[in-house]
Amino acid sequence: MTGAKVLLMMGCPEVPIQTSIALYLSHKLNKAGFDVTVAGNDAVIKLLKVSDFEGYYVKKMVNLDKTLEDIIEERLDFDICFAFMHNDSGMTFAATMSAISQAKMYSVIFGRNAEALENAIEFDSVKIVASDVHNPIRLKNKLDKVIEEIVK
Amino acid sequence: MSCIEQMKYEILLNRISFKEAREYIEKNSDEVYYVSPGYKIFKDYYIIGIPPIAVGSKGNALIFPYTKPCHGSFVLSIDNEDSIKEINRLREIETEKGTASLKKGKLSEGSKPPATSYQNMWKK
Repeated sequence: MTGAKVLLMMGCPEVPIQTSIALYLSHKLNKAGFDVTVAGNDAVIKLLKVSDFEGYYVKKMVNLDKTLEDIIEERLDFDICFAFMHNDSGMTFAATMSAISQAKMYSVIFGRNAEALENAIEFDSVKIVASDVHNPIRLKNKLDKVIEEIVK
Repeated sequence: MSCIEQMKYEILLNRISFKEAREYIEKNSDEVYYVSPGYKIFKDYYIIGIPPIAVGSKGNALIFPYTKPCHGSFVLSIDNEDSIKEINRLREIETEKGTASLKKGKLSEGSKPPATSYQNMWKK
């Protein structure tokens, strides 16, 4: 899978572990040879740019709405998508991505309502779930196992 | 920013779950049509949503869901010359598919998304 195009699709950044995990996952996948793009709204992009102002961890950052538009219009697609979600909107965007893209979907579910959100997902995806808000370690550990499988 | 935010629209419901948006549209529209995620309306708005996505008409107004990552889903209504065109386009698509538009209360069970526990969680 090395060289595969990976999209990290960010939800609302109000839950702290999202930005931490996005930086971690982007860097880890970049180092493993994947072509990683992070898509988010303006708030997500600003948080990432301030945290990683030299673009060391995140090489490509794009606007989420524009990315979805490009996928719908078949100007762009990805091989793998990690869809971050901690609320209904995140799940709605992930369901949209699942419907419009050929990418293999991984749902990264976190926050206080993670379990209910996990049960509500109806599209085909690998679910990575940790009901944490501030501590990213459990989610990081679960993602590490998933990445091991992808890299094999 | 899509063209929607620059148009004159009415917010019928705000900061709700997508399922609530769908149910509202199904119950409060004269005609209901179902589109796929990414269906384009008003030149450059691609509808975000969990299929089946309900889009309704009420008179000349188009009623549709609008979802933002940090603000939940909204139900918007736009009533202008373009909304009439959009409603006509939906009717044409249904005609081409050979199916009648689904009036309120006539949605088949098979096309309804299954109820989920997330609905209750969202209301907490």
